[in-house]
Amino acid sequence: MSFISLLWVLLLGSLLGLELIGKVPPTLHTPLMSGANAISGITMLAALTLIVKAGENLTLLIIGSVSLGFALFNVVGGFFVTDRMLAMFSRKPSNKK
Amino acid sequence: MNLPEIINFVIDLLAVLLLALGIKGLSKVKSARDANRLAAFAMLLSVLGLLSYYLGTSGIAIQSWIWIIIGSIIGSCFGAILAKKVPMTAMPETVALFNGCGGMSSLLVALGVAIFPISSSLENLDFFKSLINDVSISVSIFVGAITFTGSIVAMAKLQGWLSTPGWTQSKVRHFVNIVFAVASLIAFFDLINGNTSSIWLLVIVSSLLGIGVTLPIGGADMPVVISLLNSYSGIAAAAAGFVVDSQLLIVAGAMVGAAGLILTQVMCKGMNRSLVSVLFGGSLSAQSTASSGSGEYTNITSCSVEECALTLEAANKVIIVPGYGLAVAQAQHTLREVTKKLEQNGIEVVYAIHPVAGRMPGHMNVLLAEADVPYEQLKEMDLVNPDFPATDVVLVLGANDVVNPQAKNDTSSPLYGMPVLDVQEARTVFVIKRGMSAGYSGIKNDLFDMPNTSMVFGDAKKVLNDLIGELKDLGVGEK
Repeated sequence: MSFISLLWVLLLGSLLGLELIGKVPPTLHTPLMSGANAISGITMLAALTLIVKAGENLTLLIIGSVSLGFALFNVVGGFFVTDRMLAMFSRKPSNKK
Repeated sequence: MNLPEIINFVIDLLAVLLLALGIKGLSKVKSARDANRLAAFAMLLSVLGLLSYYLGTSGIAIQSWIWIIIGSIIGSCFGAILAKKVPMTAMPETVALFNGCGGMSSLLVALGVAIFPISSSLENLDFFKSLINDVSISVSIFVGAITFTGSIVAMAKLQGWLSTPGWTQSKVRHFVNIVFAVASLIAFFDLINGNTSSIWLLVIVSSLLGIGVTLPIGGADMPVVISLLNSYSGIAAAAAGFVVDSQLLIVAGAMVGAAGLILTQVMCKGMNRSLVSVLFGGSLSAQSTASSGSGEYTNITSCSVEECALTLEAANKVIIVPGYGLAVAQAQHTLREVTKKLEQNGIEVVYAIHPVAGRMPGHMNVLLAEADVPYEQLKEMDLVNPDFPATDVVLVLGANDVVNPQAKNDTSSPLYGMPVLDVQEARTVFVIKRGMSAGYSGIKNDLFDMPNTSMVFGDAKKVLNDLIGELKDLGVGEK
């Protein structure tokens, strides 16, 4: 893909991000931050690409693998923690019955 | 476009759509949990999409599989275990740690590509292309390193492993940080000139810059910093997307980066701080020593738990103001027991939640939800403030700056203009606190000097336990 179209992708992605969060109740600041944080672990795709393209290069394979580990730590941990927080909010209505 | 490319394109498109819906949904209470799962699903989808693309085109070698599996199992297991084990009170530092690791991942990818240019990016490497490649590698390393070290420092400070060293409050730190910044610029240009070894300089200096910028920031401002670093890790991911030529990475990274910036802005507003003063102002207490540090307490009334229980029993309406002290003492469950007793006696109980109660906006809501406090009893500041004059008793538990009337009355106070809870309007205020130490801001709290305020000294959990005992003796909550 050409650099220019990648720049367009960057621009539109940023605008999308700016638009997505308009009004957030303070209650959700922490979960939202934690969820967005998990998404930033999307670099795991870059790590995967690195490993696949590394070929026989052992150093590169290891770097890629460590990078993948860090990214997945972020992704898996981030989503679980967010879910744990949000579970507490959604438990309420069922308890009241 | 051949078939694998088309499939990959469709999957990427779908993943972006789901991620956007996920972030959108996370900003509403009703849809938040599903939205989080949706985003997680989108991430899984994107991985499967990428793997199937490589399987359909170049294929994936055995040794690649091995390292993919090793990396993912170790990373996922540690992440899942930490996420399950960590107490709710430690949420802010946990998010910081996760975030730092995301930054580290982007850094490593860029570093790997820089040391061993992957084959495909070597093809027709004209000047323009190699320039873009170098720039995106540099940005990814720079932002990734700052995110990593900054987040680790933030985590260490929140955990109490690291205090704010004195020298970081002096003007010297600006000089030091400028040196780091200039050095990373030099390394950056050197790298573009083709000197690959300067990449290590870039790694080191940007790591130091991350530490140097985060270290002087006071604990009260940490949530804002973590949110900002979260935004950075998105930018690092987007830069890594340029490195490996992935549109999905660029979109998702840019989305997180932009959304993180907005969230940071929202948080700043809640604390009445500007982003600039958070980043460059140092900690609040350092500024305030000159202006309001002179104030000594003159009119402190301390009272016993028994008196507190008697007053509570006679009340019709009670407002609880929980703060971080409550969270530290892990007393939210004990508090819930106290309020249950009061409710059984027909006393109206409401929790007043300041936007930045706890250590992170929304943190207190999470903690109280954990203790089974009904969602309807949590009232936000703007809703609850008009209620204080008609309230008999206010219990302030481990909160300090958010109930400081100085923010309304004293124009010289560094807190002036910060939105606060008007607890002093109530008939009686009990402040449960371990001692007379100042809050995060290090500023004297005028509330403690007021005639209708009584201090109950002690650890929040112990005081609340005693309170339960006293209420029992009074027959409150028993039929």
